[in-house]
Amino acid sequence: MAQSAAPPAVAPDAPLTLPVRAILPWAAFFGILMLILLYFVGAEGGTAAVFSGEGVHEWVHDGRHLLGFPCH
Amino acid sequence: MNSATVRTLLVRGMLTGIATGLLVFGFAYLVGESPLRSALVFEAAHATEHGPELVSRTLQETAGLATGVLFFTTAFAGIAALAFCFALGRIGRFGPRVTAGLVALGGFVTVFLVPFLKYPANPPAVSAPDTLNQRTALYWLMIALSVLIGIAAVVLGQRLAPRLGNWNATIAASVAFVVAVGLALAFLPAVNEMPEGFPANVVWDFRVAAAGMQLLLWASFGVIFGHLAERVLEPRTTTAPTQQAAPPQAAPAPH
Repeated sequence: MAQSAAPPAVAPDAPLTLPVRAILPWAAFFGILMLILLYFVGAEGGTAAVFSGEGVHEWVHDGRHLLGFPCH
Repeated sequence: MNSATVRTLLVRGMLTGIATGLLVFGFAYLVGESPLRSALVFEAAHATEHGPELVSRTLQETAGLATGVLFFTTAFAGIAALAFCFALGRIGRFGPRVTAGLVALGGFVTVFLVPFLKYPANPPAVSAPDTLNQRTALYWLMIALSVLIGIAAVVLGQRLAPRLGNWNATIAASVAFVVAVGLALAFLPAVNEMPEGFPANVVWDFRVAAAGMQLLLWASFGVIFGHLAERVLEPRTTTAPTQQAAPPQAAPAPH
């Protein structure tokens, strides 16, 4: 087997790590998805609005205050 | 294989977020709603204008609160699970459960505690509506700064560890974190809009409830996700001895 195909030499007691290349696609896609979710809980309808009106803001009103986000 | 492991951990992280969200919602409903109602009484007595009620108070206290809390906990649990994937084996020689606990501690301190020290949670009727844009920008900026300083401190600790040893490097990185955060707290603009006569005990109770929700969220995430992550990763570490050799005394005796 070619040397390059062999897994990188790992010290026998090295801790388990997950390769960054395996994490990055998930981090990019779900990281952005999660931030959009947080935007709707934390800011939608006050500073900026994707939907018109105060429906989203009023619906999550109590959670927004108690989770520490700025509100009216 | 590794990508599948990341996916499994992400899914388990978000399931953990849903479970902790139910706990946090219960806590918020029982502990947080009482000061929030008191603030609304103050607001009703002092309000100059009243818009139409789009969502009834009953819905806001139950389904609305649950929606906000569950979205929040699921989102942060997903992000924390991805942070766990990066942190595992890279922040020190810790197993999955300890790593999950440390990631949860980091999340609590950087995402909540540090921003809370500068811009604490406020009940309704405390803030001026016309400063909302500025307050929102400052709060998200504070979270971003705090998380970035936290990551920088971890990287600094890693760099210092070979020279200073793990213990001293951890202390040095922690001191650097506190100093950098302290500077950010000192130089960001303050917000103080407390109206005349607003009951102080309501503000205190509200902030204690808000802090309790976050403590409950991050602590239960650390414990539950650590358990689930270990069950994902443990078979790999035992069936692949080249990845992580078991200490000799723990090896099973030959038959």
